[in-house]
Amino acid sequence: MAVKVIIPTPLRAYAGKRDSAEFSASTVGEALGHLTTEFGELRKHLFTEDGKLRSFVNVYVNDEDIRYLAKENTPTKDGDTISIVPSIAGGISCNCCSSGCC
Amino acid sequence: MSTEPRARLSSEIAAKIRNHGAETYPHECCGALLGRELADDLREIVALFPLVNRRDDSPRNRFSVTSYDVRDAEKAARRQGLDVLGWYHSHPDHPAKPSQYDQDHAWPWYSYIIVSVANGEPQYMTSWRLSDDRTKFSPEDLEIRERANVGAGP
Repeated sequence: MAVKVIIPTPLRAYAGKRDSAEFSASTVGEALGHLTTEFGELRKHLFTEDGKLRSFVNVYVNDEDIRYLAKENTPTKDGDTISIVPSIAGGISCNCCSSGCC
Repeated sequence: MSTEPRARLSSEIAAKIRNHGAETYPHECCGALLGRELADDLREIVALFPLVNRRDDSPRNRFSVTSYDVRDAEKAARRQGLDVLGWYHSHPDHPAKPSQYDQDHAWPWYSYIIVSVANGEPQYMTSWRLSDDRTKFSPEDLEIRERANVGAGP
């Protein structure tokens, strides 16, 4: 038994076209670490350069949003399913600065 | 021969996107593009899943779709035997070009359709895909066909 990570459709091209992968992991962070070690091209689409989950990347363990649990320290057990779901955002460039802050 | 990816949609679907942009003006509209991949560089958008812009603090220049909305869109697509191929949104009184903010919040593979809306009137509509290395959006050719022709021929 292991933790199953569902790979979202847009990112399957960076994971050998697989729709899921299984790892032995005791936390969400550990599972995502295994995932991005095995499929290195996934990393930049999930994490920022300083290793934080991108703001629009949401992670669920069995339908529970890890932001309301212990984030990446959320414990996992055999048989759990981890889902990665984007929130979608965008818009025109703001006028107050050049970095799109608002 | 061009390698630019293509997204095919009916004039009816295109009109619905434009109209959504006009309806929500001066705020940004947003929604999901449902359809199927016909080949690596060709996809067909056959339905929309309009969504509510969750950004009530700056809806004139931002849109946001929560992960719960994304899951709803994915469920709606599955019920119809389709996939979520991407997302559309409007740029009120701005060109139909992706911003740095759009790029920072995107994934490759998805189609990102943008419709510009000037003074309440929908104008240009473009589509974009994020590069594998996240450094730029590249244009995706929008093939708008009369409904009877959608699904015919490459």
